[in-house]
Amino acid sequence: MREPKTYARNYEIPEEELTYSGSVSCPGCGATLAMRYALKALGSNTITVIPACCWSIIAGPFPYSSLTVPIFHTAFETAGAVSSGISAALDVLGKKDITVMAWAGDGGTFDIGLQALSGAVERNEDFIYVCYDNEAYMNTGIQRSSATPWMAWTTTTPVEHPKEEPKKDIVAIMAAHRIPYAATATIAYPEDMIAKFRKAKGIRGSKFIHVLSPCPPGWKSEASDSIKLTRLAVQSKVFPLYEIEHGDKVTINVWPKDGGVPVKEYLRLQGRFRHLSEEAIAAIQAEVDRNWERLVVRAQRVMGNE
Amino acid sequence: MRKVVTGNYAVSWGAKLARAQVIAAYPITPQTSIIEKLASFCANGEMDARFIKVESEHSAMAACIGASAVGARAFTATSGQGLLLMHEVVHWAAGARLPIVMGVVNRAIAPGWSIWTEQNDTLSQRDTGWIQFYCETNQEVLDTTIQAFKIAEKVFLPAMIVLDAFVLSHTSEAVDIPEQAEVDAFLPPYRPPLKLDPEDPRAFGALVLPGEYMELRYKMQKAMEQALSVAEEVDREWGERFGRSWGLVEPYRLDDAELALVTSGTVTGTSREVVDALREEGVKIGLLKVRLFRPFPHQIIREMLAGVRKVAVIDRNISFGDSGVFAQEVRAALYHADKRPPVFDFVAGLGGRDIVPETIREIVDYTVTHDAPTEEFTWVGVKI
Repeated sequence: MREPKTYARNYEIPEEELTYSGSVSCPGCGATLAMRYALKALGSNTITVIPACCWSIIAGPFPYSSLTVPIFHTAFETAGAVSSGISAALDVLGKKDITVMAWAGDGGTFDIGLQALSGAVERNEDFIYVCYDNEAYMNTGIQRSSATPWMAWTTTTPVEHPKEEPKKDIVAIMAAHRIPYAATATIAYPEDMIAKFRKAKGIRGSKFIHVLSPCPPGWKSEASDSIKLTRLAVQSKVFPLYEIEHGDKVTINVWPKDGGVPVKEYLRLQGRFRHLSEEAIAAIQAEVDRNWERLVVRAQRVMGNE
Repeated sequence: MRKVVTGNYAVSWGAKLARAQVIAAYPITPQTSIIEKLASFCANGEMDARFIKVESEHSAMAACIGASAVGARAFTATSGQGLLLMHEVVHWAAGARLPIVMGVVNRAIAPGWSIWTEQNDTLSQRDTGWIQFYCETNQEVLDTTIQAFKIAEKVFLPAMIVLDAFVLSHTSEAVDIPEQAEVDAFLPPYRPPLKLDPEDPRAFGALVLPGEYMELRYKMQKAMEQALSVAEEVDREWGERFGRSWGLVEPYRLDDAELALVTSGTVTGTSREVVDALREEGVKIGLLKVRLFRPFPHQIIREMLAGVRKVAVIDRNISFGDSGVFAQEVRAALYHADKRPPVFDFVAGLGGRDIVPETIREIVDYTVTHDAPTEEFTWVGVKI
């Protein structure tokens, strides 16, 4: 096996804050920190589109805003289409230097907004679509979405009958549209995240960034564990950090240290997995290992060709 | 320039002359030729616009919302099922106070499948906060499309131009197509005071607590009320510049009429002929065409129908469990009049069934031979 490339830590996090302090998010909210990093990377010449999701609340009620950039709040399933309209209008009006960022939760992306998102990226509209994924309908009180992991507890998948279906592979779906850029990111790796948002900003066409965002009330985890949890998600390979260019070129950006950690370490910090049997945990481990191997094979094929 | 064009192409020409900048649309019979023509205008450079070929009508309206929020002039067109799919964002466009213009070809709702004309699709959008015009001729369609942009942009509410499937959408008529320079002088570029702009960052459409929500709705209603006088002014200015105007409603031989037909859309044209024929026969009949349905011109309708002995409303729609929708509105408008003529309601021509002169004569005969309606409405030509 070829030695994987080491990840170059030569990125700086900009000091400029484009989010205000004191939003109404829950303690330990991963999505709030994710927005902070995303805007640091994109800068102030950005228009955000926020469909129904936790961020509809976090952004603040009328007449307040927790962002220093414009926000267009919109209907649940419309982020892809509204962003298409904004991007087209900016193009016609000659304002081509403005970045359009759709910012949607997993429900608005994996489920109700998938059609509009697919339409927008199939047309290769010039915008960045970010899915901050907290793995359930958290804003309505923790109901399962198609982003909810296998066997997780939610209010609609109680422990007597937990979710029987695996999490939908949204990045694969986006990559299948052959868009210029699709990537994963998370808050324990801000330099990687900022590098990805900057890269996305520099590409014309559709960009998709999938951000794992812990939700302490929904995951039944400690607010102080949110960063730790996403680090464990990456190190256990539950949520690998990688990017896919033009639907084909796969690059793994963060390789787990010393072969990674068992998924159990990630799962045990979350009450939503407390009911799992040893067999279920072993099944999750096996699935994670299989997915990781597939990803490594795809990444190595690229490395081999270089 | 005079051209022979279909009702649908009249919409396309209207959007072109209005210099729509972003068009987002999805095909649906019988609307499709509107957007095909616009796609061709965009492709051959006759229009300086971006055409977004979206994956659904819901996204068509959502994309128009995004484009309009940035300050571009946005246009779409749809019909029947497409309009129903859009419904959520039809509300959103009005609530966001975005002056989007949409051509809607009336099409009956499934099941069973129907592509033929009926007004239930647009009338089910009655309470969304959209201005609605119902058109009789292709010239009126073209003129109203351009007028709609001006009215919408003055009051910050979106506007719908409604035309009957096939009877208008696919029927060719000679239409005067104004010069671009003349339309430019009538309709200046859209420059909203507030828009999505990183230089002036604002949050649009955020959560509104009960302490503020009602005031937003109050302002929408005020804008709708203002739209009445604005529509009148804009139509008058159009008349001065182009030599024809349409009115919010149009009375026809109504001055000494004892019986008034109330119509909308292409039924009006057929009804005019019947009115003429009956006048020859000595029947004191006239007609009131309702062109502007939202905002509803209560006052004008009240005044125009005040002197007649009987009113007969022709409704190409039905509000299940009640009656035809135009009749509801006309009755409501007349309630506060000093003298209230009885209002007969006739539901006819659903699912594109032809409304021919004989149909209208049947309606008149019924009205003449009854002192007052014996039921909420009367079915016309139903086979049971």
